[in-house]
Amino acid sequence: MRAAFVQTLAELASRDERIVLLTGDLGFMALEPFSERYPNRFYNVGVAEQNMIGLATGLAESGFIPYVYSIATFASLRGYEFIRNGPVAHALPVRIVGVGGGFEYGPAGATHHGLEDVGVMRLQPGLTVIAPADYRQAANAFFETWDTHGPIYYRIGKDDRTEVPGLDGRFALGRNELVRAGRRLALVSMGSMSAAAAAAAEELDAAAIVVSTLNPSPADELARELAPFERVITVEAHYVNGGLGSLVAEVIAERGLSCKLERCAVREPADGRSGSPDYYLSRHGLSKDAIIARASAPQ
Amino acid sequence: MGHIGSALSIAEILAALYGRILHVPTPTDPERDRFILSKGHAALALYAALHLRGFLTQNDLDSYCGEGSLLGVHPERALSGIDISTGSLGQGLSVGAGMALGARMKAARRGVFVLMSDAECNEGSLWEAALFAAHHRLSNLVAILDVNGQQALGYTEDVLSLSPLSEKWRALGWDVHEVDGHSVDEITSAALHLDVDEGPPHVLVARTTFGNGVSFMENQIRWHYLPMSDDEYTKALSEIEDGS
Repeated sequence: MRAAFVQTLAELASRDERIVLLTGDLGFMALEPFSERYPNRFYNVGVAEQNMIGLATGLAESGFIPYVYSIATFASLRGYEFIRNGPVAHALPVRIVGVGGGFEYGPAGATHHGLEDVGVMRLQPGLTVIAPADYRQAANAFFETWDTHGPIYYRIGKDDRTEVPGLDGRFALGRNELVRAGRRLALVSMGSMSAAAAAAAEELDAAAIVVSTLNPSPADELARELAPFERVITVEAHYVNGGLGSLVAEVIAERGLSCKLERCAVREPADGRSGSPDYYLSRHGLSKDAIIARASAPQ
Repeated sequence: MGHIGSALSIAEILAALYGRILHVPTPTDPERDRFILSKGHAALALYAALHLRGFLTQNDLDSYCGEGSLLGVHPERALSGIDISTGSLGQGLSVGAGMALGARMKAARRGVFVLMSDAECNEGSLWEAALFAAHHRLSNLVAILDVNGQQALGYTEDVLSLSPLSEKWRALGWDVHEVDGHSVDEITSAALHLDVDEGPPHVLVARTTFGNGVSFMENQIRWHYLPMSDDEYTKALSEIEDGS
């Protein structure tokens, strides 16, 4: 999704001179397709995420569409109050791109794992939150939303090869995507977990729904989609509170749906152990096999 | 409402800005100079300046902190004449640097002025912005520091020493000018002689007196928060009118 982002942004920048890219000193071997083509519209602002958001606010007020880039946890948390008081409070078109949400920075450890970004971003009315499921959907999401009113947070992954079967890159703001039909059980997933969730759904003969717009809540559509199911399992590389599972719980409760909800998400704090992304996903019950085991467990 | 002492310490700075320095034909002119009151808690003084400039009516002023009024303790963008909402310290300089960079990228002539407090220099994010502005030589950015030596719970030198303040800004690469923050002429002269076309960003280090012009408020920590009684209001007004 990282390459998809940079390539898409470079393409958009050729059409719209207002597009500017800021990075907090990250993006080695990633941002060059933009920075080499548009050196005068690219700023490495240094290791200073708060200032990066403030600069983007000022640039947006001046008529630009600034994209700011960092690792998801830094992009979302370090400058959070700047995001709240700047682009959100002033409804300015700042685009915050957080890369590697969840455990994608595996051995880099807990400081680099983005496990609450969607939750804190979703709290802000007026801040659109998008978590594409694969690189094709990411490219379409950037194409579809570059000119959207107000600020946007994108949680993207690093993987530019995996595709979610049945998704075919479809993206429409505020719309969920049914990637596999099924009865009784629906797996509802967010972001990079969607490929594993769809694969699990195939083995379980369950429905698979990808939610890529997390704010504003796609509540109406989700309520319609979930109503026929007896059981819903949400799947996300995120803490259990605040993210997709919470969003789905809100919809089920507020719309009075009868389906039973289980949330596959991270419930434990970091314990200092290192490992690959797959190691962390397995430890937290988020591998394909763990999702299948969870779904197959006696009710 | 509080923050009276802080508002009095910037009255002349705002008089110089809105009376002589800022190019703001109308509050919505896209080529107007931009102004950010980064020490948003002193908005009381800004409302007065906007009124004297003709951007706010007496009725607007009379609504101050009323139910549903756009004139709250801290300034809101929704109010005509306010470029950026503020209230959380240490954020204005970053936004101002972004505006200055944006103006330069568009080859626009507008300047960006950011008024900060000395205690605001406690905020680390302010120094991120200061480094950026100096590195990119944002000559169209003018910071003004209201150095009244006080903050909410004490004197700045007792809470978190900033000395030597001018040297810190100079060391970062800023063009530093020390001025009497209660002299409209001195502030104006310094601001109008800055090279805003090239070179480093500028900071006017304005020495001020907290609660300036009101004997029982000057340098008194408690006037960061206290509202005035009717008697205190009458006395304060009389002292300011006698002194002007």
